[in-house]
Amino acid sequence: MPTVSVSAEISSLIEPILQRHAWRADRLVQILREVQEAVDFISDETAAHLAEALKIPYAQVHSTRDFYAFFYRENRGRYRVLFSDNITDRMAGNQALFEHMAKRLKLEPGKVSDDGLVSIDYCSCTGMCDQGPAILVNNRAITRMTLRRVDEICDLIRGQVPLDKWPAEFFRVDDNIRRADMLLGTPHEPGKAVRAAIARGRDGMLAEMKLSNLRGRGGAGFTTAVKWEACRNATAAPRYIVCNADEGEPGTFKDRVLLQSYAGRVFEGMVIAAYTVGASHGFLYLRGEYLYLLQPLEAYLAGMRAAGLLGRDIGGVAGFDFDIEIHLGAGAYVCGEETALIESLEGKAGRPRVRPPFPVTSGYMGKPTVVNNVETLCKVTEIALHGGTWYEAIGTKQSTGTKILSVAGDCARPGLYEYAFGVRIAQVLEDCGAQDAIAVQVSGASGVCLSEREFGRRIAFEDVPTAGSFMIFGKQRDLFEVARNFAHFFAHESCGFCTPCRVGTVLMKEIMDKIADGRGTQYEMNELLRLQQVLKPGSHCGLGQTAGNAVADTVQKFRPAYERRLAETDFVPAFDLDAALSRARELAGRDDAAAHLGEEA
Amino acid sequence: MSDTSNANSFSIDGQRIPFTPGQTILQAALAAGVYIPHLCHHPDLKPHGSCKLCTVIVNGRNGSACTQKAMPGIEVENNTPTLNDRRRVLLQMLFVEGNHFCPGCEKSGNCQLQALAYDLEMVSPHFRHAYPVRPIDTTHPDVWLDLNRCIMCELCVRASRDIDGKNVFMLAGRGAESHIVVNSPSGRLGDSALSIDDAAAHVCPVGAILVKRVGYAVPIGERQFDEQPISRQVDYLARRHIAIVPAAETEER
Repeated sequence: MPTVSVSAEISSLIEPILQRHAWRADRLVQILREVQEAVDFISDETAAHLAEALKIPYAQVHSTRDFYAFFYRENRGRYRVLFSDNITDRMAGNQALFEHMAKRLKLEPGKVSDDGLVSIDYCSCTGMCDQGPAILVNNRAITRMTLRRVDEICDLIRGQVPLDKWPAEFFRVDDNIRRADMLLGTPHEPGKAVRAAIARGRDGMLAEMKLSNLRGRGGAGFTTAVKWEACRNATAAPRYIVCNADEGEPGTFKDRVLLQSYAGRVFEGMVIAAYTVGASHGFLYLRGEYLYLLQPLEAYLAGMRAAGLLGRDIGGVAGFDFDIEIHLGAGAYVCGEETALIESLEGKAGRPRVRPPFPVTSGYMGKPTVVNNVETLCKVTEIALHGGTWYEAIGTKQSTGTKILSVAGDCARPGLYEYAFGVRIAQVLEDCGAQDAIAVQVSGASGVCLSEREFGRRIAFEDVPTAGSFMIFGKQRDLFEVARNFAHFFAHESCGFCTPCRVGTVLMKEIMDKIADGRGTQYEMNELLRLQQVLKPGSHCGLGQTAGNAVADTVQKFRPAYERRLAETDFVPAFDLDAALSRARELAGRDDAAAHLGEEA
Repeated sequence: MSDTSNANSFSIDGQRIPFTPGQTILQAALAAGVYIPHLCHHPDLKPHGSCKLCTVIVNGRNGSACTQKAMPGIEVENNTPTLNDRRRVLLQMLFVEGNHFCPGCEKSGNCQLQALAYDLEMVSPHFRHAYPVRPIDTTHPDVWLDLNRCIMCELCVRASRDIDGKNVFMLAGRGAESHIVVNSPSGRLGDSALSIDDAAAHVCPVGAILVKRVGYAVPIGERQFDEQPISRQVDYLARRHIAIVPAAETEER
């Protein structure tokens, strides 16, 4: 019997959600998301109520709730507005828009209005970099923000107009496909790839995968066939196929387009993977920022079931049963790491596991699990249709096939560009109309910052590997501010599990802020590199290992951007004694010269 | 390095270490009397790998000695200036992240964080202190919880879950906001299932979870790490068990 009481109204709203999820504790992330949608936030009382209903520790609900940026313990209003704060949003002027909205609604960042109606805050990149600045309202994406649109939204919120009555134009998300090759430019015939894979047989399909030398498109570039084979050879059952659609890397949005307009390929890729490795269940882990895709994707899955492409005896193969369910994330970049993603699928906080064991032998619920990126799974359908040898001939020897780049920043035509691997940076810049680029950040905040001298390099695993993000900075841009934006991003997204990342990302952010304040010296420059020497080799997962890359790259390649901010002394303390006395001055009602300390140094 | 004499041994800094299959590098090292600094490891509990103090270089690659299995013939670098420099930075990070005031702490002398800092000659916290505001929970009759000193090692989480079968503690939050939460409707320790007889009440390597009324039963100066540096107490580190007798704080001897 419940010992914690929530109001009858809240209880009646929560009950159908619990029922829909069959009171399964491993659905906790999904349950929390839906509960918040129904009752706006998850108070301690609501959390305790859920713990009792699901028969799990109270602390477990707190642990999961407090991990995800989009779950709120306290009321953040019926309208929760989040401004995407990637560097591309900043370059498009999101801060002025934020301040305008804050002023119009008389709000402080992160604080709910007095009437409990609305709050505004910033969030990590929402994957709309080609049509920013972007915001989320109750996790629904709104693109192409302008001052006028801010005013319109303020009016709608003040008028308490329900979100589904807002102009549809606000929620328009464009594909912006600028250069299509074999994936984006080929028509899709539903079911054809699945039938082709079945015709090849399980061994045959795996053999084609090996021939293709397909490597994962999520960044790490692991050979897909090796993953599949290891999962297939694992003895435990059932086996799982997980599509990683937690596209959180700042500047990346290709998976969003693939899911919006090429979903058939993604899901058929999963079906083929399931067929090859002998899996019976599939998950699409969709980042919470892409909530707007949930209904169309569910509808697509329903269509596939009706067409016999999901369900029992798929393609007429007796015993080939497979279905896919969609799980949503809730604002945690680290869940893009495959073991963190699996933790999240199991309803927990997304902290990366110790590897080994790897997911292929011990993944979801400890069972063999293949985790593949959205784009990787699309490529699988091409290999099923055309064979591995055909596929292997495209691209470079170590990087076969094509790669989709999400191009954003200072260029005339942001959007998706698909090239055979091996394309030079300069070619991409020319194609998208970036005349005066001084730097390109490839593969997002965790990637590499290339200067003009390196524009002859190629997109390929053996040269410049990428998960797809391609952010361009023109000559008017300040690369220090780019790196500072990324430093803030990593401090916000660190899961907190291991010491170097939990503390190191915060220290790095603070040093970047100190330099930005004009209080940095050569000492801070050395400190940044010293921290990087602990973060990179010492962190538990890729997040911490790459968190200092952008800072280290820009210190090396764009040093003047830092140096012109440095104070001309050996050291300036971060602590500002005069500023610390401001409260005392306020209390004493004084602000004369004698109440101030002279400038130090 | 694959000759047969290596079948059940590997090397740490050139020294041969025997192991039994299934042992981690840290377990084998401690059993052989070789010290590898660590905080989140305890011989009674499952490996965790979060503090990263035990990071070593295995055949040229960085890895946590507490989670990585010993394998025949691997070559491990451990006691090197580079790795110890990195460990010192990690300790400094832990010191500035929380609020650690050794002179006024009941755990002084029995604290692993303090002992490691002495042993690795950490002479200052180096970084800017975060001075976080963290709560103290005194609601339990026998145990108090002072999160100012917590280092997020999750030893209490594992001890409560895996030894006591209670799940009294869990890690919540994210990044710098990470914090231990207590499993009870109110979130207070006094309303939880924690008992003085629980392993979780005694496993804390720092002064975050302390038994009440015995703080100075053993005088400062006569405590575990007062006599010898932690690096010379390998036998103790390898063989200690969580004593669930609450009588005095000497129980770990």
